[in-house]
Amino acid sequence: MTINEIQDELISDFELFDDWESKYEYIIDLGKQFPPLEEQYKTEENIIKGCQSRVWLNAYMDGELLKFEADSDAIIVRGLVSMLVKVLSGHTPEEIAMADLYFMERIGLHQHLAQTRSNGLAAMLKQMKAYGFAFQAKSINV
Amino acid sequence: MSNTLDINSIRNDFPILNEVVNGRPLVYFDNAATTQKPRLVLDALSGYYEHYNANIHRGIHHLAEKATSAFEQSRKRLQAFLNAEFSEEIIFTYGTTDGINLVASSYGRAFLKAGDEVIISTMEHHSNIVPWQMLCEEKGCILKVIPINDDGEILMDEYEKLLTERTKFVSVVHVSNSLGTINPIKEIIEKAHAVGAKVLIDGAQASSHLEIDVQDLNCDFYTLSLHKIYGPTGMGILYGKRDLLNAMPPYRGGGEMIKEVTFEKTTYNELPYKFEAGTPNIADVVAAKYALDYVDNLGKTNIAAYENELLKYATEAVSEIAGLRIIGKAKNKVSVLSFVIDGVHHQDIGVLLDQQGIAVRTGHHCTQPLMNRFNITGTSRASFAVYNTIEEIDKLVVGLHKVKKMLG
Repeated sequence: MTINEIQDELISDFELFDDWESKYEYIIDLGKQFPPLEEQYKTEENIIKGCQSRVWLNAYMDGELLKFEADSDAIIVRGLVSMLVKVLSGHTPEEIAMADLYFMERIGLHQHLAQTRSNGLAAMLKQMKAYGFAFQAKSINV
Repeated sequence: MSNTLDINSIRNDFPILNEVVNGRPLVYFDNAATTQKPRLVLDALSGYYEHYNANIHRGIHHLAEKATSAFEQSRKRLQAFLNAEFSEEIIFTYGTTDGINLVASSYGRAFLKAGDEVIISTMEHHSNIVPWQMLCEEKGCILKVIPINDDGEILMDEYEKLLTERTKFVSVVHVSNSLGTINPIKEIIEKAHAVGAKVLIDGAQASSHLEIDVQDLNCDFYTLSLHKIYGPTGMGILYGKRDLLNAMPPYRGGGEMIKEVTFEKTTYNELPYKFEAGTPNIADVVAAKYALDYVDNLGKTNIAAYENELLKYATEAVSEIAGLRIIGKAKNKVSVLSFVIDGVHHQDIGVLLDQQGIAVRTGHHCTQPLMNRFNITGTSRASFAVYNTIEEIDKLVVGLHKVKKMLG
């Protein structure tokens, strides 16, 4: 699936919910089901510090594809992080660098991306795209 | 309620309380971060811009005179609010942080030297830590920290042990923003003076709740922010004893603070202008007077009595919630309720309360060393002001039960 197809799927998942409680319960469930990042990757280097919650992001190349693993100490942020990983992980660096992420806004969760200081989400997204650019540049060099 | 205040009528003075957040009437419990503004403060702000906006002190036209007069009236109003002896002891600043930086930078650089000791407490806001760390780094001074007990109270006997002839400055918070603790500052000041140290009190959180009499306290410096006293953002004051302020070098250079400038030498203006370089925040200073009038009209004693009832009610109500632990159980507190819930991240609490229209603050509240003292990364904090109600606290309790259920 392309990045946009995954985004559209998430948007239609969320269309099932007609109140904030079921929406957030779903995000909390996503957070609970998201596999935790192995302790060895929870390094100072991989941490994206928000004012309130911490987010860890690990990136690696798997063949042609750039993959992400992530974690957070707050459960709602963890659920949101799982969605960003679901959308962006496993695509080429170029696709990730060029991705236009519209699903958060369409789901009505864009405020979580705007509060740059209160959670690490916006910084994490920026970092994911930066990895895309970096690995793209690397493959061109090779 | 045994109080004399008409809370419904007070609520009508604050237009923002009619806001609807996520489909619910706003419950605003983030008053320790900033209080909302009554209509008369908003009117004073627009009134200034509509009728007498002008730069102050230098102009000879009508508007400049009117603006200057209103600006200086605010200084006198703040003098009365703190019971300062002289109006020139009131220096306008951008806020509490700015006032602390002024003292650390001006007094600290001029009068502290290598080996001198500065004492702060464990419960200081970063604003009352970092300026002293910067000074200590620059001058080779030593920063000492007064420990606290598990209830969040300063250990006075430990404080006394830290006081020596090397102690040159003590800077402590009047009321803790994270815990609500009211510190025994009069005693702290007396003991510091006994070893010849000067004292600054960070009054950011105290000024909307407690009567402040700087002459009775005998503090050397007192700083506060007006936006926490129902006034505008971006302005505060530094009170300093006149002799000390006179002895201190200017902090910033520019217009207003000079007497005469040549390229060879500049002579500085007198107090308070020496410390007010550049065009000040005239509109907000002018409007500040109206915020203080509002507070004094209600009466701080009445406000404190009512807020204490809210705090007592809220403390008992949230204590019923399983797994909830209150952080900060000092005997003397203002209306700040900080808590953690076992196994729940404070940010999740904040996000889910916000969905229910309830504004609390979550995080470390810019007091990371204090959070470390309690072995936590942050708290959820509900802080109450005079316009809050018991019904709103009931909504918070219902909201917290919902949060627990959703995250459980």
